Amino acid sequence: MDLNSLTIDAARSAMQDRKTTAVDLAEAFYAKIEKDDPQIGAYLTLSKDRAFSKAAEIDALAAKGEKLPPLGGVPVGIKDVLVTRGVRTTAGSKILGNYVPPYDCTAVARMEAAGAVVLGKLNCDEFAMGSSNENSAWKPVHNPRDLSRVPGGSSGGSAAAVAADTAVVTLGSDTGGSIRQPASFCGVVGLKPTYGRVSRYGLIAFASSLDHIGPFGKTVKDTATVLRTIAGRDPMDSTSAEVPVPDYVAELEKPVRGLKIGVAKEYLGEGLDPEVRKSVEAAIQKIASLGCEIVEVSLPNSEYAIPTYYIIATGEASSNLARFDGVRYGYRAADARNLSQMYRRTRDQGFGPEVKRRIMLGTYALSAGYYDAYYLKAQKVRALLTHDFDEAFKKVDAIVTPTSPTAAFKLGDKVDDPLAMYLADIYTVTANIAGIPGISVPCGETKEKLPIGLQILGKHFDEATILRVAHEYESRR
Amino acid sequence: MKVTEKDVAYVADLGNLELTEEERTRMLRDLNSILGYIDRLNELDTSNVEPMAQVSDRYGVDQSKQGSERFAYASREDVLEGLRKSLPHEEALANAPDSDGTFFRVPKVIER
Repeated sequence: MDLNSLTIDAARSAMQDRKTTAVDLAEAFYAKIEKDDPQIGAYLTLSKDRAFSKAAEIDALAAKGEKLPPLGGVPVGIKDVLVTRGVRTTAGSKILGNYVPPYDCTAVARMEAAGAVVLGKLNCDEFAMGSSNENSAWKPVHNPRDLSRVPGGSSGGSAAAVAADTAVVTLGSDTGGSIRQPASFCGVVGLKPTYGRVSRYGLIAFASSLDHIGPFGKTVKDTATVLRTIAGRDPMDSTSAEVPVPDYVAELEKPVRGLKIGVAKEYLGEGLDPEVRKSVEAAIQKIASLGCEIVEVSLPNSEYAIPTYYIIATGEASSNLARFDGVRYGYRAADARNLSQMYRRTRDQGFGPEVKRRIMLGTYALSAGYYDAYYLKAQKVRALLTHDFDEAFKKVDAIVTPTSPTAAFKLGDKVDDPLAMYLADIYTVTANIAGIPGISVPCGETKEKLPIGLQILGKHFDEATILRVAHEYESRR
Repeated sequence: MKVTEKDVAYVADLGNLELTEEERTRMLRDLNSILGYIDRLNELDTSNVEPMAQVSDRYGVDQSKQGSERFAYASREDVLEGLRKSLPHEEALANAPDSDGTFFRVPKVIER
């Protein structure tokens, strides 16, 4: 039995049947990390004490013949923007280089309460700002499928760890595509739930109205299992919704026949790589052959999504990142004469170039004289973009699109052109703007053997339908 | 709208950043390039569109109410201890770059 390539169910039943133990499994994953991760760079911090203590707890249950919880003994990795009590959490930034949080993120606490073994913290773009993971202050992540290429971002480490078998499932965050795009680049499944579906308590904030936490897995079913675990109202996050949580795993077995699946021409236009287009069109054919009705829909304002996103996201970021001032935690510049200089030098030395760029853009857009022209305008276009989806979802149950216009690009390719980098998110940002759920599922490869992802978008709080379509497509592909 | 060197200095000041000469030059170029792209939003007539700040309001807001009462879904009864107890003093100061054990310590605020 290859312990590292197991899915949640396979790992859990192997432990339940005493074919392996949670401690052996954790050891196998740490051995694999030690061997393979130096080339990949997915992990920033390992949490061995925490992992082995949880594993021992699960083994004690299994030894007594008790039924293991849903994630009992399953080795997982956590993106470094989710805080973990007693385990260094940096958000990929120098400014939090020595930060050891005094509390746990709700999503992580729920994973552990369901038996998950947290192996460590995963690399990401600094404060989740980026589409290639090259903005990490510590080191880039290399795509396990081709080490010369990026894994996508910002949850590059979370996607790469699943692809490299150094975690069974992982948690990431998605503000403009940061789960779905790296899932697509690394050939794994990534799910961004509805806004409010999963508590954001303990997620280091980038853009509060756009930030989401969600899972990566090798299979759609694994992401459904994790979502079932982390979803639901949390009194610590007032934006977490009081909406019942269905059994997403049981829902996978419902038929897809008769579902109406939308295809939007705006997502298949200029800028889409021909190989990606071919693969996505084949996937649409496949979904039709499963008994779904393919319906053409229009999302006419899509071309305004990236400009809207970069105003709202940077505006919120400039305000969220004001808290990093060198007073209560994190890095402080050493040589300041007075308080004001201390703030400035701390932030100058602690933040990387992309973070500074976004603070500047957001501050500019919110500053006196420009607020109406930029921020207010973007909020209005946000309403239009959301309305586009409302109209489309009157006609269809889900919408399929490419996840990203291209497959994984080479490290260094886009670092000097922020706008080109932003356009890597062109098909994913709309779901964050409207707050609808989206999943990326592998749908083929380019000639160079690089994975391609299919994105399936759903109605608010209807993760069950997109998971079901993705699951059926995955098992019949 | 074109961002000038003066704007970059002003905005850096608002954002509590200093930025080196080199960073300022780069910032000027990048901001103008990004804002040039963002200006396409002006192609859209939004005069009759209500701004949308966040998604949650679609689910909890009571449209029949006025003002803050509309957002009752996002509030709760006040409780003495809060939803979790405050951190012990020692833990709250554990990550501080500088403290005297009771307070966070910072460089001089006012120059004499």
